[in-house]
Amino acid sequence: MALPGERFHVLAQLEHLQSKYTGTGHADMNRHEWVVNQHRDTRAFNMSHPGLNTFIAVVENESRARTRFNQINRMIQPCGPPPEKNPLDDV
Amino acid sequence: MSRSGEAYAQELNRKRAANQRAAADEDNNDSNGNGNKVAFGAAGTFDTDVYGSVRGEKSDMYMDSIGTGEEDDVDDDSMPTVQKKAVNYSQPHKFIEEVAAASEDTDPFADTRTKTIAERQSKYHERAMRRQISPDRTDAFIDQTPDNRSRDYGQVMREQMLHAEKDRVEREISDLAKSGELRVTGQPEKKKGRWDAQEAPDSSSENLGAASATPSQGSAPRKRLGFASLSAEAATPRVARWDETPGHPTGAVDATPSADKWSTTPAAQTPRRNRWDETPKDGGLNDGSMTPGWGMETPARGSDDVKVEDTPSASKRRSRWDLTPSQTPNVAAATPLHAGSQTPSFTPSHPSQTPIGAMTPGGATPIGTAAMGMKTPAPHMIPMTPEQMQIYRWEKEIDDRNRPLTDEELESLFPPGYKVLVPPMNYIPLRTPSRKLMATPTPMGGAAAGGFYMPGTPDRDGVGEKGVGGLVDTQPKNAELPPLKPDDMQYFDKLLMDVDESQLTKEEKNEREIMEHLLKIKNGTPPMRKSGLRKITENARKYGAGPLFNQILPLLMSPSLEDQERHLMVKVIDRILYKLDDLVRPYVHKILVVIEPLLIDEDYYARVEGREIISNLAKAAGLATMISTMRPDIDNVDEYVRNTTARAFAVVASALGIPALLPFLKAVCKSKKSWQARHTGIKIVQQMAILMGCAVLPHLKALVEIVELGLDDEQQKVRTITALCLAALAEASAPYGIEAFDSVLKPLWKGIRMHRGKGLAAFLKAIGYLIPLMDAEYASYYTREVMLILIREFASPDEEMKKIVLKVVKQCCATDGVEPSYIRDEVLPSFFKAFWNQRMAMDRRNYRQLVDTTVEIAQKVGCVEMIARIVDDLKDENEQYRKMVMETIENIVALQGATDIDARLEEQLIDGLLYAFQEQTQEDSVMLDGFGTICSSLGRRAKAYIPQICGTILWRLNNKSAKVRQQAADLIARIAPVMHMCEEEKMMGHMGVVLYEYLGEEYPEVLGSILGALKAICNVIGMTKMTPPIKDLLPRLTPILKNRHEKVQENCIDLVGAIADRGSEFVSAREWMRICFELLELLKAHKKSIRRAAINTFGFIAKAIGPHDVLATLLNNLKVQERQLRVCTTVAIAIVSETCAPFTVLPAIMNEYRVPEINVQNGVLKALSFMFEYIGEMAKDYIYAVVPLLIDALMERDQVHRQIAVDAVAHLAIGVYGFGCEDALMHLLNYVWPNMLENSPHLIQRWVFACEGMRVSLGPIKVLQYCLQALWHPARKVREPVWKVFNNLILGSADALVAAYPRIENTPMNQYTRYELDYVL
Repeated sequence: MALPGERFHVLAQLEHLQSKYTGTGHADMNRHEWVVNQHRDTRAFNMSHPGLNTFIAVVENESRARTRFNQINRMIQPCGPPPEKNPLDDV
Repeated sequence: MSRSGEAYAQELNRKRAANQRAAADEDNNDSNGNGNKVAFGAAGTFDTDVYGSVRGEKSDMYMDSIGTGEEDDVDDDSMPTVQKKAVNYSQPHKFIEEVAAASEDTDPFADTRTKTIAERQSKYHERAMRRQISPDRTDAFIDQTPDNRSRDYGQVMREQMLHAEKDRVEREISDLAKSGELRVTGQPEKKKGRWDAQEAPDSSSENLGAASATPSQGSAPRKRLGFASLSAEAATPRVARWDETPGHPTGAVDATPSADKWSTTPAAQTPRRNRWDETPKDGGLNDGSMTPGWGMETPARGSDDVKVEDTPSASKRRSRWDLTPSQTPNVAAATPLHAGSQTPSFTPSHPSQTPIGAMTPGGATPIGTAAMGMKTPAPHMIPMTPEQMQIYRWEKEIDDRNRPLTDEELESLFPPGYKVLVPPMNYIPLRTPSRKLMATPTPMGGAAAGGFYMPGTPDRDGVGEKGVGGLVDTQPKNAELPPLKPDDMQYFDKLLMDVDESQLTKEEKNEREIMEHLLKIKNGTPPMRKSGLRKITENARKYGAGPLFNQILPLLMSPSLEDQERHLMVKVIDRILYKLDDLVRPYVHKILVVIEPLLIDEDYYARVEGREIISNLAKAAGLATMISTMRPDIDNVDEYVRNTTARAFAVVASALGIPALLPFLKAVCKSKKSWQARHTGIKIVQQMAILMGCAVLPHLKALVEIVELGLDDEQQKVRTITALCLAALAEASAPYGIEAFDSVLKPLWKGIRMHRGKGLAAFLKAIGYLIPLMDAEYASYYTREVMLILIREFASPDEEMKKIVLKVVKQCCATDGVEPSYIRDEVLPSFFKAFWNQRMAMDRRNYRQLVDTTVEIAQKVGCVEMIARIVDDLKDENEQYRKMVMETIENIVALQGATDIDARLEEQLIDGLLYAFQEQTQEDSVMLDGFGTICSSLGRRAKAYIPQICGTILWRLNNKSAKVRQQAADLIARIAPVMHMCEEEKMMGHMGVVLYEYLGEEYPEVLGSILGALKAICNVIGMTKMTPPIKDLLPRLTPILKNRHEKVQENCIDLVGAIADRGSEFVSAREWMRICFELLELLKAHKKSIRRAAINTFGFIAKAIGPHDVLATLLNNLKVQERQLRVCTTVAIAIVSETCAPFTVLPAIMNEYRVPEINVQNGVLKALSFMFEYIGEMAKDYIYAVVPLLIDALMERDQVHRQIAVDAVAHLAIGVYGFGCEDALMHLLNYVWPNMLENSPHLIQRWVFACEGMRVSLGPIKVLQYCLQALWHPARKVREPVWKVFNNLILGSADALVAAYPRIENTPMNQYTRYELDYVL
């Protein structure tokens, strides 16, 4: 039943499926992209759990709404600008 | 055999039923088969089989609707369907036609061939072929000087205007001509254009072939022909092909820009020899001139050339060989197959021509559209159109197969010792064919001395040869390529030549490569296709857009394209679009010309594919390019072009967003210049609504504002399309958005009072869709108003109007504000008068709409009112009409129940049901469903009628027609629950016995129904009360399980399963064992429901007789060679362990794992894998027992073995989630993890799955820690699989990972540490 051409089918599908979501990665990813995703995940996590949000608010001595707002804002370039692209990267 | 026989009989029946007229039904359909006899004293009727119907409605012979538009405008939102043939032919005529058809050369297998797209398309769709692929356009967004060969927007627009102007003048002239004001004055002979050449003497060498070319053109050129000849006196420009393509120096294989395809010279820039002026040469075959020379030479047909002449039995075809070609019917048949396939055929002035003329040399000149990729054919190939090639090939094959056997062949066929005898002197051969059959007795035992001898069939030269009947070699020189089909010749001929790669220029090399890839994709095996597709995608940018599209698009326009091929080519375009991105801009219009027709294809998938491509195209080329490319087509004179363009625009809107397109649409819909532009603009909005549904809601207001002016347009077509557009918008936005429509209510309102005919229909449709959006108060007001007009239009003879009126009535009745009394008094009488007649039942769409509307009205006025009006029609003479009545009543009763129905109506109903049921001849479930639904809603009230119904059923079970028996059995299955409710158990028992007796039924369809009926009875009266007793019934079922018919299998196994589940104690264990092994076979059935039923039954049986016996045999089964059976066995083992608890099975199979045989071990593992899948969380009790076995398996050398083990681990892991088995799982993961480096994708897939299982049960953090070791590994081979797992972690448990990501130090540029995690309070 399985044709030789179809062997990679399921895996290819999986890869395609995964690539549609943000936060997923691939073998050619660089560190910066990966960490940026982690940061965004973390911020999203912090602001969407009220307890954690309150905790951070207390530590930073800010209102909860302000904390939440900050968390959201910090999702823009959380780690600063992406590193210069090294022409050797593509090789 | 019996199946095909039955299928044939069914086919005949169906045909007959379709041809019978309603009037003849009551006499004819008597199920006893003697229905045609005339009762004593009754008036005789004509035999309908011979005379056709003599009564019945004559009405459908008249045209009952009048089109209001002049041209075939497709305003409806539906697809232009293929024109239905009128049904009113009578059979004798048909026979005459059949005979007439048979006398010509017809292909008896024509039905079985796969049809090309061109063959199944309607006239309207064929217009696609008349469009020409326009040349490249300038890419306005590229920052370099535009290539002056490409046309820019201005040029295209000017051409477009010229075209429109020309069309207008043409029309004016033809109007004048029609009115007699314009006459063609006599012209001097020599001034005539070449189009007038019909009358020209064919001796003049100038006119070679041109004469025969003309009549076969499609209608568009013919129009032009008229234009040319009519206006000849007004100094017509010669519409001559000798004029080279106007103006634009085009690229090598480029399309010609002129709109007039007759002036397209194929391969414009090749210095082509002018074949019209050429005297035929003798060496024509080799000198590259296609036409005239060819005729002079006898083609090399190999050895059989002479033999054909020798064949004593002069076949029909053979006579052609002696004829002058012009008289040959086949020439005519072959040439004009396609509109516009102008094959300038060979000259009649060469009587010396050889018979091969039937192929119409020179026929390879493809039709206009295909011509744009034209090259002069390669010298060694014989030019034929694909059709001719096809015909030739069939003839060749038939000739080859039917040619007489030579002595040598006979020699090799017979055993040694035979010799040729002289026939006796007194022998006279039989002349009467009917006696021939009986004449030769087979020599039974006569030659038996040497025993039976079966000689092999010797090969015959030339039979089944590769290539086109051995005439042309179709195998490309590169042996890795698939062979060409005859139709491909004109596209791929270059591959047939042997060339030296090093001599080619870069372009030629690329062209050849593309050609190779395309051929692989088109004709190759799946792997070839795959590699071709991959290579062409990878190198797309290297090849460049031009060379790619110049080869792909002509293929898509080929007249002999099949669905599969089109799909593949479209796929290629899709893939390369991604790669080419903005390089595609100059080719957008070309692509659209080819792809737009897909948007109106009959095939759903073709439409989807078309949308996909256009939306990708829009994304690649950008909005501005799309608009500037498609703008000129918006007011094209051809309605076809406008229609497809509107649809394409809608797709662009869905791809790039509606807001982006709004300004453009606003401008188009307000166009002052041409109503066509307004029409198309509004149609775009309509198509957007249809395509995008509720996604138009945010822009509803803007869209309505854009189109609303169209309601008052002076062009009727524009008003109509506007109303239809509003209807589409309202339908898409329902139930929201009435505010947006405020501004159009009034004009619509005025419109329905002002307009008549088609315009009115559209306005009504719009109102109908708007009413459901309104508040109850408004709705009731509008409904009351619109009803008056609707009732007036009930009487309209127009079919389209009828459908719309029905639809609007339904929509009105569904609103809250309408009073039942109003409907009852005002609407119903005329409604029934106008619509409930036989004619409405004949058209499928009318039928549906009427049923829906009636059911909707019944919701308002109550079921009794409606049913009482139509119940008597259940006895109508027209079966289709009875069906419609039945379906309506069924739907009403299903919705509203039967509580309101009084005793009298009930009686009428049952009476009608029985009549309609008994009289049915067509095979569908309407009557059955109706009967079942109505009986079950009557419930206990049906008791009085049960004896009568059962009597009918019993009587019909005995009928000699299989169909009748099947229906009777099906009906038992439907009403069994009702009979149970009515406490008719005795009757059911009786039925059971009768059905039991009919188990010997030979028609599988009937047998299946009988089994289904038995099952239904069994289910309602229970195993203990069942008659015949289960112990008698089951042994009778065992052999039936072997039946190969799916319906029988499914019903039988269901019945057996029910018995095994609830009545297993009535049958001996031995019998169950027997059934078990029958079931094993069924586990590999094709149909899923059968497999599932078999699996369930297996479980029930194992439960009934205990696992041990079953298991012993199953384990033995693992040793067999047949893989399929082993797989089924493993499934069975898993089921047994699920139903009888794993501990009864596990020890035995784990013990079996010690057998040193890989098949058995694999089987055991597989059984474990299935078992863990089935038992789910029960696995927690067994995990520690199986871990050592799994560890062992995971250390096995054999890859497949490990693969199964990994799979088992995955299922196990998921099963034990939450039961604290982490220690065992961690242990297993350590053995699973190293498999990530394997090459087998199957194993990798299982490994990913197992890791996913571990994520669930072991927790994502554990798995992340494993991943972190390898995510940044220097070797890609290591990184790749691990990223797959990591991605699964992200998708599945992103939150959980937040706490577990590693701490990454900051760099001077970037801050990587997540400081929030360091906060401590």
